[in-house]
Amino acid sequence: MTSPNAVGYPEEGWVLPALRCNSTMRRVYLDNNATTPVAPEVLEAMKPYFLDDYGNASSIHWYGQRARAAIEASREQLARLLNSRSSEIVFTSGGTESDNQSLFGIVGASRAETKHVITTTIEHSAVLHTAKELEKRGVRVTYVPVGSSGIVNPADIEKAIAPDTVLISVMHANNELGTLQPIEAIGRIAREHDIYLHTDAVQSVGKIPVDVASLGVDLLSLSAHKLHGPKGVGALYIRKGTILRPLMYGGHHERDRRPGTENVPGIVGLGKAAELASECLAEEMERVGALRDRLEEGVLSSVPLATVSGDKSKRLPTTSNISFDYIEGEGFVIAMDLKGVACSTGAACSSGSIEPSHVLTAIGRKYEQARSAIRFSLGHFTTPEEVDYTLEVLPRVVEQLRSLSPHYKKDAVSAQPAGA
Amino acid sequence: MTIAIAMSGGVDSSVAAALLAENNPPADPNGPPDVVGMTMQLWNQRRLPALLGAEEGEPARASGRCCSLDDVYDARRVAGFLGLPYYVVNLEDRFEQGVVRPFVESYLAGETPIPCSLCNTEIKFAEFIDTARKVGADTIATGHYARVEKDPDSGRYRLFAGRDASKDQSYFLFGLKQEQLARTLFPLGELTKDEVRAMARDRNLPVAAKPDSQEICFVPTGNYRRFIDAYLSEQGRKIEDAAGDMVTTDGRVLGRHEGLGSYTVGQRKGLGIATGSPLYVIGLDRAHNRVVVGADEELLKSRLLVREINWIRPAREGDSFEARVKIRNKHFPAAARVEARADGEALVEFASPQRAITPGQAAVFYDGDEMVGGGWISSVLD
Repeated sequence: MTSPNAVGYPEEGWVLPALRCNSTMRRVYLDNNATTPVAPEVLEAMKPYFLDDYGNASSIHWYGQRARAAIEASREQLARLLNSRSSEIVFTSGGTESDNQSLFGIVGASRAETKHVITTTIEHSAVLHTAKELEKRGVRVTYVPVGSSGIVNPADIEKAIAPDTVLISVMHANNELGTLQPIEAIGRIAREHDIYLHTDAVQSVGKIPVDVASLGVDLLSLSAHKLHGPKGVGALYIRKGTILRPLMYGGHHERDRRPGTENVPGIVGLGKAAELASECLAEEMERVGALRDRLEEGVLSSVPLATVSGDKSKRLPTTSNISFDYIEGEGFVIAMDLKGVACSTGAACSSGSIEPSHVLTAIGRKYEQARSAIRFSLGHFTTPEEVDYTLEVLPRVVEQLRSLSPHYKKDAVSAQPAGA
Repeated sequence: MTIAIAMSGGVDSSVAAALLAENNPPADPNGPPDVVGMTMQLWNQRRLPALLGAEEGEPARASGRCCSLDDVYDARRVAGFLGLPYYVVNLEDRFEQGVVRPFVESYLAGETPIPCSLCNTEIKFAEFIDTARKVGADTIATGHYARVEKDPDSGRYRLFAGRDASKDQSYFLFGLKQEQLARTLFPLGELTKDEVRAMARDRNLPVAAKPDSQEICFVPTGNYRRFIDAYLSEQGRKIEDAAGDMVTTDGRVLGRHEGLGSYTVGQRKGLGIATGSPLYVIGLDRAHNRVVVGADEELLKSRLLVREINWIRPAREGDSFEARVKIRNKHFPAAARVEARADGEALVEFASPQRAITPGQAAVFYDGDEMVGGGWISSVLD
């Protein structure tokens, strides 16, 4: 058994032994914006669709009917969460596909000679990189900057509109800062100018109320694994009447909008996750918000030279992005991980690359502060004890890192009052 | 005591990691892990696509050199296999400042630099130790074939060649300071390469049959010139490489050279001059932009000056001692007298002339198999 990647696997098959590590170590997960644990009820809901109701939803027979019924029930659950019609929900492989489909779909369907798209500088790479590709294909893209609050000004979006603008894409909640963009206001502008509006709501669905009618969007992306559903499945809300050029070709699934045999267990999981979110949204927002505030206040009061990035009121109740002067985010995340606390330095998908986050740079953070930004993102399963444990270990980690920073020692010395 | 093992994805560091994992079981199941695997990301192989032969618009393929994505993949696999927490630490900036830039400057000055020694001093030991301490590991380990011992009487750390002379890497470690040696383990020091490969196979490590990488990690293909061209052009610079005269050691002009950058001491091919007997590059005269060529015998020299010496065994100005000295990694250490001078310099006089002593390479001094110090060859005398 050889692998194409690594030259050097031994000729005979080898077996991966059980991970030898201290699994009894206390661990705290504060990276829910990267992904979330699947809720037990979601897993239970998915189970029958692997071994019992495993049919292909397009099949005519009993097995197909069972699968079909499950998908449609999930569609309704999701539609209820978003206040949309069932028929406006298309299931996809996740947020990235939904973002790609929205951008390529609107641009591709337009028959205009020249095309223009407006987006922001703080979008997720699934939108930004797609926009870059559109530019390569001859579409003009305007990346509207945001202020230090991490929130875009609708007037700036409006100023960017040109006669050939076909689409505006602005995320609902930013993944790194948690800040909420004024989608309703942008929606009004889009409607006035008869331009399609897409929002990447991957970070907001299931955490705060997301109502497609009041947001005024034509397209909305979401992903199951951000709301305690499984990875590999998401959805795209497509307002009735919106024409999109398809991204993929194949069968007639999802009313001819997205071919491919449906991921039934995944879709069922997404539906259940949506249902659970609807049931307790208000209480959960308050519970998590209180925990997040406890963490944030605890950090700010016990660690000097720590600053929160992004608007503190217009943001998700789950997220706190804190910069610690004189340390590097990477070292902090590793040191915290070795103490059992999982957090991150920003988007999880910037694998190993040390460029400071484009989001923090966009809101005007200096390079040094951008490199020291840590994102803590809480979730449904985060407990007060976990927050307290984090507050116990964090200050020492920061101190340890600062003690090894030559700049810190230098500046600390020069900050001494005269005569000290 | 938490140990951070530097993992390159190669067999050596993988076996070193396996040995550490086996010999350091966790004392407290609730405490932090005692061995942590880390890969230092030093150079982005995709940064200079011109070197990877990528076409416009195509994603550049990662080469098989050290620190490529494939190597990180392998290191991660091995760490997972051994049950170790594993992290990639990005040191690209520091590597560029501390190793690549000096490499380029040295080359432009007409030397034949060897960045691996500088990397060990500046990056692998300094930065890695710093990173390890930041995350709570007070000791580091690497897969180098070398040995470190603490002298019970003086309390000083001493560095010895690895037991396997054919794989010994002590040559590259001459820059290590006492405080670095104090925190370093070399699990492979007493082992031979064959033993290490056998251990990898016995443990079914995923990289057991992976070939060793031979070249400088950031110069795929070993073509220094091409690398430097690509690197400089990124900054809008180019090698100012004027053509000039190719002369004999007594000043007779034999032809033209294309620019000092294309030549190195001891080189025979590519001189473009046909004479009865073989000609070799004897030296590069930067001041007059000349390549000095001569017969094989003229490559034999006995005396050289060494600068920026790091003395692992202390030496003061005026100390003079017998030692065996290596002027290249693949050079059999030859008997010489070393005379320590002021400002970290020394004069080395070989008992018999050595071939192709090259400025820019390192001269490393051995007393038996103890490596007592070394520095950079600054000039060859006679």
